[in-house]
Amino acid sequence: MGKAGFVLALALLFAFSGHSVGARDAAPNMGVILSEKPAATLSAYGLFRDPSARLPGPDLTRYELNTPLYSDDAVKLRYVFTPQGKTARYRADGVLDFPVGTVLVKTFAFPADIRRPDADLRFLETRLLIHKARGWEALPYVWNATQTEARLSVIGATLDARWIDATGSPQELAWAVPNKNQCKGCHALDDAVIPIGPKARNLNRTVAQDGQTTQQLAHWVARGHLDIAPDNAPRVAQFDDPSAPLDARARAYLDVNCAHCHNPRGPASNSGLSLTLETEDPHAWGVLKRPVATGRGTGDYLFSIKPGAPHESILLHRMRSIEPGVMMPELGRARAHAAGIALIQDWIAKMDETGRQKTP
Amino acid sequence: MLRICVLAGALIMAGVGVADAKTFRIKPTPTVQADLQAALIAAKPGDTVQLAKGRYDFTSGLSLDVDRVTVRGAGMDKTILSFKNQRSAGEGLLVTSDDVTLRDFAVEDTPGDGIKSKGADRIHYLRIRVEWTRGPHPQNGAYGIYPVTSTDVMVEECVVRASADAGIYVGQSRNIVVRKNLAERNVAGIEIENSIGADVYDNIARENTGGVLVFDLPGLPQIGGHSTRVYRNQIVNNNTPNFSSIGNIVASLPAGTGFIVMATRNVHVFDNVFAENGTANVLITAYRPTITDPNYNPLPREIVIRENVFGRAGFKPDGDLKALTQMGMQGPDIFWDGSTTYVAAGAPKTEPVRISIADNKTQSGAPLRYLSMGLAVAGADFADAQPSTTLPGELVIAEPAPIKLAKR
Repeated sequence: MGKAGFVLALALLFAFSGHSVGARDAAPNMGVILSEKPAATLSAYGLFRDPSARLPGPDLTRYELNTPLYSDDAVKLRYVFTPQGKTARYRADGVLDFPVGTVLVKTFAFPADIRRPDADLRFLETRLLIHKARGWEALPYVWNATQTEARLSVIGATLDARWIDATGSPQELAWAVPNKNQCKGCHALDDAVIPIGPKARNLNRTVAQDGQTTQQLAHWVARGHLDIAPDNAPRVAQFDDPSAPLDARARAYLDVNCAHCHNPRGPASNSGLSLTLETEDPHAWGVLKRPVATGRGTGDYLFSIKPGAPHESILLHRMRSIEPGVMMPELGRARAHAAGIALIQDWIAKMDETGRQKTP
Repeated sequence: MLRICVLAGALIMAGVGVADAKTFRIKPTPTVQADLQAALIAAKPGDTVQLAKGRYDFTSGLSLDVDRVTVRGAGMDKTILSFKNQRSAGEGLLVTSDDVTLRDFAVEDTPGDGIKSKGADRIHYLRIRVEWTRGPHPQNGAYGIYPVTSTDVMVEECVVRASADAGIYVGQSRNIVVRKNLAERNVAGIEIENSIGADVYDNIARENTGGVLVFDLPGLPQIGGHSTRVYRNQIVNNNTPNFSSIGNIVASLPAGTGFIVMATRNVHVFDNVFAENGTANVLITAYRPTITDPNYNPLPREIVIRENVFGRAGFKPDGDLKALTQMGMQGPDIFWDGSTTYVAAGAPKTEPVRISIADNKTQSGAPLRYLSMGLAVAGADFADAQPSTTLPGELVIAEPAPIKLAKR
């Protein structure tokens, strides 16, 4: 579809949309946020100062995670918004207890040239997770070609992303914006939609703020998003931090990249493979666990994890694959994550039969 | 440079005018991926998504998460959903809502599973065909029709062909009816796994590696399956060489298996016709690998095999039973590994094992051929067998009540 056709389609699609907010209106519109009918445009929420969402409004706080989900090398910009006078309640385990009216914002983008990651950042989509009265709602907003507006697309979309990689080679990717059901495919616990990333342990890290280094949880308290930031808050490893223990890095990686489905109440519960950090039984997180409902995804291997033998482990085989029916996760990536693969390979190679890391 | 090449068009979403309509009409146009997915999202409980006859090509999986929706085609040979070009998602169609009916269409050539329904209570599959059109191949998807962790499941008058695991697979579910289906040229024709309460009847399972399988696997959220009735089925000529990927439980299924029961209890098999199954018509066996799950019982127990008709079998034993040929024996009509004790998580255990075999007939009129290996413990080497051909005889084992599915 040419650009003109695309614009026309959008015009037809949303000609009747109700909400409209002035471009400079940076006050979050609680009516729009809490409305049962989602707004047609991202700008209608008033979260950003500008319609292109480059300038966060005063009530939005950028945040980082210790170990993020791999998303095909896209840059991800994350923000939290909580309504005036309302904070999330701290929880040591699981996702923080966010108040109704919370908006979690995540924009997926590629720089034109990854060697200059901050220059010419092209937005693909901005996903909102809004805590409405009836529960969380996941809403994908798709950016237009001129980057002036993002519009709701509950049926998803396929976008063409191009960038220059670290070696100077051009890269191209068919970027799949998830549809509403696919959002739930990752964000479902039992039958409800929930956030995945903002757990105390994954937020508990230092961040740069106004040229200074600060504790992120304390920063959230100072910004009015969180009630308390205990000193003994748990912390999950950064998967790419070579100074952290290998086991902690690997389990953090699997928790963030796999456990949204592979948990006892998630979409992959029937496999019996649970990759949450809380899963203690090595068999349950894969050690010498035989596959269930795996089909050709086994790669002719017998176990999810065969200690000492990463290349005979189904888990690694499925991380390396980019073939539908074999690859894991099933959604959200089209490329293989070299750093994640290297980590898990090393971890399995150094594992003993009980699932512990061999002492050197 | 980023450009938007497809905004999954779906102007149907713009059609707020359809809000009152009860039927979404979908045609096999070039935008059908978006059109159909949009309809599956926009549908309200009670609505129908009607698929016109024709051939549909999809590049991504479809999903339905709205209760009480019917997806209906013009017939399993008229409305054909092809996933040959699918690039993402683990199955062709995923259903995660309750009271859904899928009827009268075909799903072909998915790279993963065909149709999966998870946590989808009271689902009804009616006259659905799932097929891999190149025939048996190790790169075919695993399951054709795949309801799992659901209560009140009905699969009827469906056709499944060439799945690399099970054609019809019902797992970790309760209250199941699988009837009047045709399962052919799959590794496993029909499989009931870790489930409680299933009636499997009036099906034809032919030319699979194994026809009908009922068993439990360890380490899953729902174990302790029981109470299955398998009756009035035709289970014939299941001799297709096993084409499952290694590692899957069915990869160890011997070609030439009619029916197999493993690691579950209270399974009643009656009024079936078995014939031309090269290893054995009926296999009763323990789960053989090492068990770490202390709550798992690998033994088949409370098994009734009665009033079936047995045709030719055992003429080409495969898998573990190939050893019979080396011993100069044929495969039997009914085979039992004979184990009554097992070891779980290192601890030896036992439990009464009752196998009742009575009132069966052979087509030839010759005596029923039965073989127990008399293994001392589940998974023991066949070299340690103490074979016996003495039928265990009739025992009183209460039959499960017929399955009644909940009304919608």
